[in-house]
Amino acid sequence: MNFDQFRTPGEGIEKLKHLIAKTADRDITIMEVCGTHTMALFRHGIRDMIPTGIKLLSGPGCPVCVTENSVIDKMIWLAGQSDVIVATFGDMLRVPGSYSSLNLQKANGANVQVVYSPLLALELAKKHPDKKVVFIAVGFETTIPAIAVALKSAKQRGINNFFVLCAHKTVPIALEAIAGMDNNVDGLLLPGHVSSIIGANAYRFLAEQYSLPGVIAGFEPLDLLKAIYMIVDMITSSKIAIVNAYERVVSDTGNIKAQQVIAQVFEPCDASWRGMGTIAGSGLKLNEDYVAFDIESIMRIDIAPPIEPAGCLCGQILCGTKTPPDCAHFASKCVPENPVGPCMVSTEGTCAAYYKYRNIGGSDS
Amino acid sequence: MKNELILLAHGSGGKQMRKLIEGFAGKYFSNPILDKMNDFAQIDGGSKTIVSTDSFVIKPYKFPGGDIGKLAVCGTVNDVACSGADVKYLTLALIIEEGLPIADLEDICKSIKKASEEAGVLVIAGDTKVVEHGAADGIYINTTGIGIKSIDADIGGEFVQPGDKIIINGNIGDHAAAILACREGLSFTTPSVSDCAPLNGMVKELLAQCSNVRCMRDPTRGGVATVAGEIARQSKVGINIFEQALPIEQSVLGACELFGMDPLYMANEGKLLIFIAAEEADKAIEVLRGNKYGKNAAIIGEVTDKKQGVVLQTAIGSSRILDELTGEILPRIC
Repeated sequence: MNFDQFRTPGEGIEKLKHLIAKTADRDITIMEVCGTHTMALFRHGIRDMIPTGIKLLSGPGCPVCVTENSVIDKMIWLAGQSDVIVATFGDMLRVPGSYSSLNLQKANGANVQVVYSPLLALELAKKHPDKKVVFIAVGFETTIPAIAVALKSAKQRGINNFFVLCAHKTVPIALEAIAGMDNNVDGLLLPGHVSSIIGANAYRFLAEQYSLPGVIAGFEPLDLLKAIYMIVDMITSSKIAIVNAYERVVSDTGNIKAQQVIAQVFEPCDASWRGMGTIAGSGLKLNEDYVAFDIESIMRIDIAPPIEPAGCLCGQILCGTKTPPDCAHFASKCVPENPVGPCMVSTEGTCAAYYKYRNIGGSDS
Repeated sequence: MKNELILLAHGSGGKQMRKLIEGFAGKYFSNPILDKMNDFAQIDGGSKTIVSTDSFVIKPYKFPGGDIGKLAVCGTVNDVACSGADVKYLTLALIIEEGLPIADLEDICKSIKKASEEAGVLVIAGDTKVVEHGAADGIYINTTGIGIKSIDADIGGEFVQPGDKIIINGNIGDHAAAILACREGLSFTTPSVSDCAPLNGMVKELLAQCSNVRCMRDPTRGGVATVAGEIARQSKVGINIFEQALPIEQSVLGACELFGMDPLYMANEGKLLIFIAAEEADKAIEVLRGNKYGKNAAIIGEVTDKKQGVVLQTAIGSSRILDELTGEILPRIC
């Protein structure tokens, strides 16, 4: 793909900047649901291109960030077992749990392997038949199909030392919870990657039942400015809808094949979100055909009650009720190399994005 | 500090590594030569002998565009060349894991021979150790380079001035993309090949034509962004990088998008960031483009007197801070 066509300065960008400034006749708060959008908005400097009355809030769309401490503690416990290899996406390594992190466990000798795909974790299991390979299954609809495929393959190939620690979450029901909260969100910048799986129709209820407009957007500067303009325009003209502005990737119905694979392996369950508590039906667990791959079905994971870091505002930041600079730890005690909360860890984390792309003139610590 | 452990991030070339080195080097080894914190050291003011040392632990030890042997020669040669010296000698220390195929060792030695011949350096001393299976990962190499600096120019991270231009001699991110693709078994339409190369010949041509080169440094671990930050700190200046001017292969950009990486932080092994007086920048580009390792040379930034670190002027006209690397993108890439 040639990226220049989406990143060239000039007419398109200037026109959109002008249109947004002209249309925004009031203060508007837009929540970007997805962590990759948070990063892209900062990376391309979009926040500095829009009127100050348009506030961009980050939402619960960073999988690492919404994962509760109890899950982090469980994976750290697993890493401490001599017959276990923990396989994980790199983002989970530095997340502090109540007492430690995978990174520290790894430096202490625990067998933790970073993989880019759950299929690689499956290969790891094949290579180490004497160990239980546990893949840390966090993430939304974007990553779930790949994990479902790995589990199906494990079943077909009879690889019975491959397991998952399952903490999957789904986006639309969490957005319903956000829509019902008191957080002044006027419109949603809806995720691009998740939507490619679930389709635009999955969000229609937000406009119909909650009068919340939303635009599904890509990640390039033109995509982002166009989506912001469309949201502002819907709000100021009171024409509330869910619009798909990422048609080159997202369809109304999504990726049916991927949805089918998910349904073959998983079923809905209640899930606990950092900052938002338990949301009914917002998670996925292994269905009865696959439950034997759930590490918790064969091992009792014995963890102490989780402790939340004192003063950490990650929970409120994920709900859009606080922003990173509101937190006393931000950029002082909590920095990427020594994070207090998960939002400072993940590349998609709100605090990490605010920190990395903090204002010009910011201090050098 | 008592209970802290070394993490892979302490070797990534970024902030944790800087703090670790500043802590220990400053505490235990401080002296006027080391304290300059360049990638090379100049000893005995009169005769201008230049020394640099580097260890190589790359995984895998064979990759598209080279192997650990070529890398061990080029990495050290380039560090010495950045001082403006003629690189003359190398020492070579091998730490080999029990079980390494002898044929692989021979291939690595052939690469060392080839690269050192191209660079015009002699391997003058060496050491070989073998450790138990599992105590290393195939082979690790340390090289120390020695050069003689015969020109008078002050070249180093502390000599950069506001108004200077910043040049890179070609595409960024190729080495890291090649290692990534190789490790993860990815294939792209244009496969990435490491840019690993000895640059002392190119540097010699440059210095023969341009007398106002202030600093040269190879943006290896931590990439262009991190190295620019080091130099901004050393010379107490600000740096602007122009996103649109950055030469990047489309396939590397694609890999970066896929893995959520920023090419500005990705390692290079055949590139130099060259800081030069503005009036000589065009001449330098012409000289660099005349060398096979500088075909895509470009002016990618400028030095300012604003002490705000490194700022990226984005392609769409906004600007943002380019911080040092924290954590690690890919461990053990050199």
